[in-house]
Amino acid sequence: MSNIAPSVLRQASRLAAAAPLRSARVLSRATTAAAVKTASASASRSYVTETKRNNADVQAEHAIKLDHREMEKQGLAISAQDGSSQHVSPMADVLSNAAVMDEGQRPIYLDMQATTPVDPRVLDAMMPYFTNVYGNPHSRTHAYGWETDKAVEEARKHIADLIGADPKEIIFTSGATESNNMSIKGVARFFSRSGKKKHIITSQTEHKCVLDSCRHLQDEGFEVTYLPVKSSGLIDMAELEAAIRPDTAIVSIMAVNNEIGVIQPLEEIGKLCRSKKVFFHTDAAQAVGKIPLDVNAMNIDLMSISSHKIYGPKGIGACYVRRRPRVRLDPIISGGGQERGLRSGTLAPPLVVGFGEACRIAKDEMPYDSKRIKYLSDRLLNGLLSMEHTSQNGDPKHFYPGCVNVSFAYVEGESLLMALKDIALSSGSACTSASLEPSYVLRALGNSDESAHSSIRFGIGRFTTEQEIDYVLKAVTERVGFLRELSPLWELVQEGIDLNTIQWSQH
Amino acid sequence: MSTVARTGESAGKVLSLYRQLLRQGNQFSSYNFREYAKRRTRDAFRENKNVEDPRKVQELVQKGLQNLQMLKRQTVISQFYQQDRLVVEGGLSGKDNEGGKLRQKDTGWD
Repeated sequence: MSNIAPSVLRQASRLAAAAPLRSARVLSRATTAAAVKTASASASRSYVTETKRNNADVQAEHAIKLDHREMEKQGLAISAQDGSSQHVSPMADVLSNAAVMDEGQRPIYLDMQATTPVDPRVLDAMMPYFTNVYGNPHSRTHAYGWETDKAVEEARKHIADLIGADPKEIIFTSGATESNNMSIKGVARFFSRSGKKKHIITSQTEHKCVLDSCRHLQDEGFEVTYLPVKSSGLIDMAELEAAIRPDTAIVSIMAVNNEIGVIQPLEEIGKLCRSKKVFFHTDAAQAVGKIPLDVNAMNIDLMSISSHKIYGPKGIGACYVRRRPRVRLDPIISGGGQERGLRSGTLAPPLVVGFGEACRIAKDEMPYDSKRIKYLSDRLLNGLLSMEHTSQNGDPKHFYPGCVNVSFAYVEGESLLMALKDIALSSGSACTSASLEPSYVLRALGNSDESAHSSIRFGIGRFTTEQEIDYVLKAVTERVGFLRELSPLWELVQEGIDLNTIQWSQH
Repeated sequence: MSTVARTGESAGKVLSLYRQLLRQGNQFSSYNFREYAKRRTRDAFRENKNVEDPRKVQELVQKGLQNLQMLKRQTVISQFYQQDRLVVEGGLSGKDNEGGKLRQKDTGWD
């Protein structure tokens, strides 16, 4: 009873301090309320002290008051926009957010094509090489070097086993970008020495590093053919055959596209290239460890592998360079002759060991992972395509299930990404996400600009859960619906008007 | 658990290994790793439940023990470098609060 009155009075005085203009009325109301409360409280006896309202939450108001007083002392108090006497404190926002921080705020990760988390088993394999086993693997003279060299060779074997190669054919690089550069520029420059073969064939949907290397080689005097793809994203074999000339040095087609997930017909392309005596390079960064690959069955001469796409560490990759028949390359990085002279430089044992372990795990877990990812992908895709005016980009039969790329008509891609800010997604590849151009891969499929702008890529991986997929489905349906309601184009479509018939007037 | 190990003390060993793996896997601070550890042990034990050959059973148990050691190390590391919870994980108490702040239950007389 006696406890209530002071607290009520304190609250009343706080209210008075906050709104000095309305103080009189509020104070009177507060005191009457206090009076009523004390009267009712004294009627029923309580042996337990009342829990104060403030017990369960952060003293946000109190802290805001203190902060406000500090600001006043420094003369920095800003009055609110609407002219009221409420003083706005920058700390108020932070604190009010802190009070509701009990729930998780971190977005769920569905961008596995950009990068993947490092598997704990991989980290466990790497840790000794960051702590006690620190030798240089190229030191031939002492045990520190021998033990790290042994680990590096074991990692090499794991990677080779994953793709059906011989360990001597694996060259470690800093990633798939370096491997792509090394393969394409290396082969092209080797042939340019004798001056016989000057033609390179690639496709329009390749990764930026491949396209950029080819453009660079064009400046050096090579001719490059950029093959168009069908609207499903697949290469047309007849066009490829027609494009191969007697002076073609290398054909570079990626195995699994990073934006639409389309799987190219590697066996056919390999067979064709082998028959025409042309080197076949494939950027398999997104494919290794996810679909079964065999460099001998598919007649692949050069392959780029990336570690951070298969739950390994970032900063390491590999290039498979065939030894029988020998593929001759001009090395990009010269030095002490490590890695068969093709890529000099000290190897990083922790990264290499992590990469090897990631490949070993990928080989063991491939059946389990692919079954599960297919199940999650089917669930997601069915849910998304059941919404109206959505379409999948890429061939619906020949695509890697972990990469789902869907276009939502009449919704802008960037605004949908912002609406889905509690889900980590991408529209297009990470390399091109900085620019606002529509993705060149989607344009190459023949999609219009608006359709290319309004697509989202969902990446599903080993660690994605059903709960996350359900959350994504619910969030996407809600927010796409919300954004479409805002769109005037959507209204027109709902009325049945065909947008192509509209004459947009010039202002 | 295998039919051989269904009786005898190896059944107990396998069962205790399973429980230890699940309990340790639950210690990950990251939602994705935690769910994966639990799901993978469950599916792996279920897949191998009809293995007869005692040598194969011993091999699998050894692999399980190695994974348990790995889990012990990695769960500790993951707790050193914790991050905020994911949106899909829900609050501390797991209670459902529609808007507003999460308050403690009212105690005392009503």
